[in-house]
Amino acid sequence: MDVLFRNVKELVELAESRNVLISEIMIEQEMNITGRSREDIIAQMDNNLTVMEQAVERGLNGVQSVTGLTGGDAVLLQNYIAKGNSLSGELLLDAVSKAVATNEVNAAMGTICATPTAGSAGVVPGTLFAVKNKLNPTREQMINYLFTTGAFGFVVANNAMISGAAGGCQAEVGSASAMAAAAIVEMAGGTPSQSAEAFAITLKNMLGLVCDPVAGLVEVPCVKRNAMGASNSLVAADMALAGVTSRIPCDEVIGAMFRIGQAMSPNLKETARGGLAATPTGKAIAARIFGGTA
Amino acid sequence: MKFTSVFDIIGPVMIGPSSSHTAGAARIGRVARDLFGRQPKWAKIYLYGSFAETYRGHGTDVAIVGGLLDFDTYDERIKTSFQLAKEANLEFEFITETANKEHPNTARILLGDEAGEMSVEGISIGGGKIEVSEVNGFKLKLTGGMPAILVVHDDRAGCIANVANALAMHHVNIGHMEVSRIERGQTALMVIEVDQNIDEKILHQISLIPHITKVSKINN
Repeated sequence: MDVLFRNVKELVELAESRNVLISEIMIEQEMNITGRSREDIIAQMDNNLTVMEQAVERGLNGVQSVTGLTGGDAVLLQNYIAKGNSLSGELLLDAVSKAVATNEVNAAMGTICATPTAGSAGVVPGTLFAVKNKLNPTREQMINYLFTTGAFGFVVANNAMISGAAGGCQAEVGSASAMAAAAIVEMAGGTPSQSAEAFAITLKNMLGLVCDPVAGLVEVPCVKRNAMGASNSLVAADMALAGVTSRIPCDEVIGAMFRIGQAMSPNLKETARGGLAATPTGKAIAARIFGGTA
Repeated sequence: MKFTSVFDIIGPVMIGPSSSHTAGAARIGRVARDLFGRQPKWAKIYLYGSFAETYRGHGTDVAIVGGLLDFDTYDERIKTSFQLAKEANLEFEFITETANKEHPNTARILLGDEAGEMSVEGISIGGGKIEVSEVNGFKLKLTGGMPAILVVHDDRAGCIANVANALAMHHVNIGHMEVSRIERGQTALMVIEVDQNIDEKILHQISLIPHITKVSKINN
């Protein structure tokens, strides 16, 4: 079993010394570890991409969760974009609406692809399908986008954590946003180093984010956290492409996230006992849905 | 390394809303069924930590029952698994525990039928990935990423060699192996990760070896 990279530094050095994309390193490592063929691996990722496309489409048509807490915001955003007066710009809002669309489908117990988790499944496809309209990538490039997000996610998962129960929302939406930022940079023609800078810039700004789902549901605030995560990815990608760098290296940011996650109170790690879940309204919602006293 | 594949990160394809609480839960249920070797008639499901606190909101309960019915993470039938369990004559009960486990997302499933029972504890470590942490009171660490065989046996000299020989005869390569026992001279457990799925014939042959009491498997 041959692991090609254990941290971002090794990943970037390998891609740059061989003058290949990060996605290519990820594909080769997957072949090494699993013994599967390149075609087989790419076909599975292609299928995951199709699942993401279908979820976005379904969400943009409007869905409602069983509780009624979430659903329909992706439609509101698309209608607003269509008026042409948005302040933050069409591409950014398009990414936001598609991230929301995916998480609304997830909350409604629809079919999604976890990236890296279900609660954070909106950011990667949301940014991908928005950037797609600007960069016109081939199908292969879109699949590569997912392998690049996977390469960075692989490092986070093995050196820190990717579950809210283990490390708070920074580990879920934080990781997803940083992974997406790195892949946006690659798709836009940036270098592997710039991908790593975009990753570091994004994650630094989401450190400490708690996991405090109201009533324990992956709805409030998860859906909107994916929206804001997607906007973070795009802004960080632009910063990295402009030549801005992070003073703290990528791998050290991941290490910081790990220690913050360990230090975080269990009340703030997906137990629905703290944060927004413990607000008067949060508790009232929980009581309304599951009975009992607020 | 806990995560080995890119599809641990970009994936699984699944029914929402939570990879650890829904997809991971479904996998724990399914692995318990795999190890039991058939569909159980009854199951008592103990939930710990974040699982216990938030299982209703995450569909953890329907997912585990779906797994016990052999549904994969993306199977739409997970949503109606309670009804389907009733139709399949599977009785189940959920018990929330307040004890602290090492991992916040832990479930212990006691399952059985008229022919026997088994206890399987699983943890959901993120992104839908799981580990089996205990079987019938034996601590172990099984990722489910590789096919594996579990062998319960009397703690006697030669048992481990006999099982290894049986596998060698069928050209099955052992990737990783752990042996443990609760008390010297009593019952012991072998956990053997192998490179390929094992067919029933080999399992049956192992079950005939003296001092072997139970053989079960997890396919990949």
